Formats: sequence, C-alpha cells, structure tokens
Amino acid sequence: MGILRPPFIESGVPVPRRTPLFELHQKLGARMVDFGGWDMPLQYGSQIAEHHAVRRSAGIFDVSHMCVVDLEGARARAFLLRLLANDVGKLKAPGKALYGCMLNETAGVIDDLIAYFLDESSFRAVVNAGTRDKDLAWMRQHAAQFGLEIRERSDLTMLAVQGPEARARVASLLSAAGSTAALALEPFFGREIDGWFIARTGYTGEDGFEIMLPAREAQRLWQALTAGGVVPCGLGARDTLRLEAGMNLYGNDMDESTHPFESGLGWTVALDPPGRDFIGRAALEAIRARGAERKLVGLLLSDRGVLRAHQKVLLPEGGSGEITSGTFSPTLERSIALARVPATARASVQVDIRGKLHEARIVRPPFVRHGKALVD
Amino acid sequence: MSNVPSDLKYTKTHEWLRTLPDGTLEVGITDHAQHALGDLVFVEVPEVGRKLSVGEPFAVVESVKAASDVYSPVAGEVTAGNAALGSEPEAINSDAYGKGWLMRLRPSAGGAAPSLLSAAEYEKLIAEEGD
Repeated sequence: MGILRPPFIESGVPVPRRTPLFELHQKLGARMVDFGGWDMPLQYGSQIAEHHAVRRSAGIFDVSHMCVVDLEGARARAFLLRLLANDVGKLKAPGKALYGCMLNETAGVIDDLIAYFLDESSFRAVVNAGTRDKDLAWMRQHAAQFGLEIRERSDLTMLAVQGPEARARVASLLSAAGSTAALALEPFFGREIDGWFIARTGYTGEDGFEIMLPAREAQRLWQALTAGGVVPCGLGARDTLRLEAGMNLYGNDMDESTHPFESGLGWTVALDPPGRDFIGRAALEAIRARGAERKLVGLLLSDRGVLRAHQKVLLPEGGSGEITSGTFSPTLERSIALARVPATARASVQVDIRGKLHEARIVRPPFVRHGKALVD
Repeated sequence: MSNVPSDLKYTKTHEWLRTLPDGTLEVGITDHAQHALGDLVFVEVPEVGRKLSVGEPFAVVESVKAASDVYSPVAGEVTAGNAALGSEPEAINSDAYGKGWLMRLRPSAGGAAPSLLSAAEYEKLIAEEGD
C-alpha cells in the first residue's frame, strides 16, 4: 500500500527546528513530523482520542513553533493601523486581542495573526511558523518609518490548553491572585499573570488559554497539567479541531494568491473608518466594487468518504472550485471541508474523489463549537 | 514494536496474506501500516467477482491524515470484501490481522509466482525503514 504524506504538512527547511519540549514529546512516544520547518508532534496515540479530549475535557498542545513578536515604540499603534487589514483602533482596553491579516499591495494574504494591545507603546503579535522569515522581513521593512523596534521573542515557549475544563485546570496551578486574574480574563484578552502571558485564545473552537512562558517553566506546566489528566495533543488533532471550528489554515485556505473576501475572512477586513490607509486597501476596495468572483464555503459530505485538499468541486449549473482543507470530523463522524468556489455556488455541489462524484452540501462554518454540532 | 505473525506472508508495500483452508487467500494491511496511518475512518473494499492483477490497487484506506491505496499481492478473483469495515473502519487499527481483513480472493491458476516476504524478511524490512 502507499502511505502518503499528511496533506496539511508542507515540506520545510532541511534541518527542522526543535521546541524546548522536544525531548518530552519523544519520551511520550509522539510521532514527529516536519511542520513549517519545525519537528513537531503529530500525535501521541490516537488522534481521534486527542480530538475528543479537547471537545469533552482538556488537551494541551506545544505551539512553540508559532512566532511571537513584540512591537515596541511610541508609534506601535500607528504601525499596526497601516500593517493590518483589521483595525487595531478597535483595541481600547489593555490586553485585548485582534485577529487579522497582513496583506500585500494587491490584497494577497501575507499571513494571518493575532495582535495583543499591551499598552500604547507595546503590542504583541503571534504569527505562523512557516511564514516567520517573510513576516519579519515585511514588518521590518514597514516599521522603519514608524521608529519601531521589532523583537522576536524566541525566549518564550507557547502552550495551548484547550477544552471545557482547560481554564480551571490551569488556574488550579497558579497563585491565589493569579488564579482569580486568569479566570477573570474575558474571551480574546491576555495579560501577564504570575510572570506568564496568559491569553484566552485558541485554535480549536473550545474555551481555553494560550500561555507564553520561559522554556523550563513550560516543561513543568506541561507535566503538572498532564499529571492531572490533561491529554497531550498533536498537530493532527489541532488540524481536525480547527477545521471543525471553521478556522483557516494559512497556506491551505489562503495565501498571497488569494484575498480575504474569497477566503472567508471578510469579517476581518475593516474598511471603516474610510481614512485608514492600510496596505492592500485600494486593491480590496476595487475587488469590493466589482464583487468577489469566488468565496470560501464549508462543505459537508453526504456519502461516506473523506474530503481532502485539492479535490475538485463541481457546481450543478457548471463551473468548478477546489477544496482547500478537508478531513474526517471526529465530532460529526462525517467528512467536512473548506472549499473555494464561484460566488454563485448555492446549496449543493459535487466533489470528485478519486474519479467518482460525491454529493456535498454547502454549509456556513463553524461546523462545531464548544462541543456542539452546528450543522445537521 | 509492530506485531508480525509468523504464519503469514507479506509484501514490501505492507500487505499481509493468509492462505485459508479452501485455498483462497485473505488479504489485509499490516500492523505496522495501520500504525503509520493512524486512526482509520473510511475503507473502500472491492466488489465480489472483480479480477485483479499483481500490484493492482484493490482498496482504499483513509485515516484522519491521508488516503492510501492497497495493492493486490497476487492475481486472482475477489470472493469477498469485508463489508463490516464500512461501519467499523477502526477494526483495522485494533485487529489488523483478524477483523481488519480487506478481501478474500481465489488466485488465478498458472500465474507467475509473486514475490512475497516471510515474517522474518518483513520484520527486517520495517526495521530498516524505521518506525
């Protein structure tokens, strides 16, 4: 039989980098894969069991391959107002986070990222591992005129603890004051607590925290949480969880050849206020004026089988598109996908799986949120 | 370590074969293969009566991660496909050499003898490939 490479894994640099938790993953018997140039755990045991642990209780992920960048200087906000298609002017309360895209002049997506507003002279961005070098180069190129310091925080290890029990599990390991502060965090807020940066964010569609902390403390936190029953989870489960949650994966669902309006990311584009001159704005306004020709939709496979990236999608009235991410949904026990299709697509399509056509229904993502199916 | 029963024959592409008392052959994928694939979520088995040549893809097994073809180790005619895998693909993960069988076939008479591996040879192969 032919064992194929996992479809969501792009080949990276020849010598993969390792996170501070690498030896721990090996001791746990993780199967490691190259992801964005990093040697990362794909799974520790059953990927489906890891997925269910996050939907039902709590799981922990090493996401230290993500790149944390601190943007420091008096004009940090002005810089991000220019850099991002979403509007950091919305960030009023310290600690508040914003998800958005960094576009090029033609509105192609350079990367998606989360930006945290720490104070007027300090923002923190978290960008993808595979795009790290070009992101940093792009930021530095545009930061010069804002007198900004761009500081990569490779000293920080990042863990994601996700699931309905995740916050309580983390809080139980903090000081009394830290625990209260962590549990008081609103969704999409982060702050320093007990010397760690704790944010109520994630990539799974469940409640939880993403925690940035020194490497040695990250190892101790990992061990304390897993000793208490939090399940180690790999990138495999991370991919099925994010896809059920209807979240895009950079490189699969959007890249520099696609714009936000055809990538399900229109909600992250802030054209108001009209005077905000961000990179890619003119191109986006032109696209909006003529109407986007394609859109990103959710697909639910009616038959048995598994939708995969790059399978062809056929519209009943003619025209075609392509699946950008597809998988088997452990929660729905059916296959789901994101697909880029002509803007005219409605209701149902057919997908070519190994030469046979299968019916699929167009649905609005997310497919699953907070442990519950949102499609039927 | 992978389980490699000594009474079966194997292929370089990770299929196993068992000779049944009536002379037909039962075919599946090895424990090593199911482990490499991860959780199986979909299996397509062949129709009864289908004629297969050596090395022809006869089944598709899909894990959460990827789809893989399974190749026929010998030429012959399919006498059964394991329909139970339609609702229980995970049987391949839990019992690759038992409930996880994919098809049975009657080998064609006079065909060239296929090159199959003994258990010891297959163990050597997967040790060389690494886990």
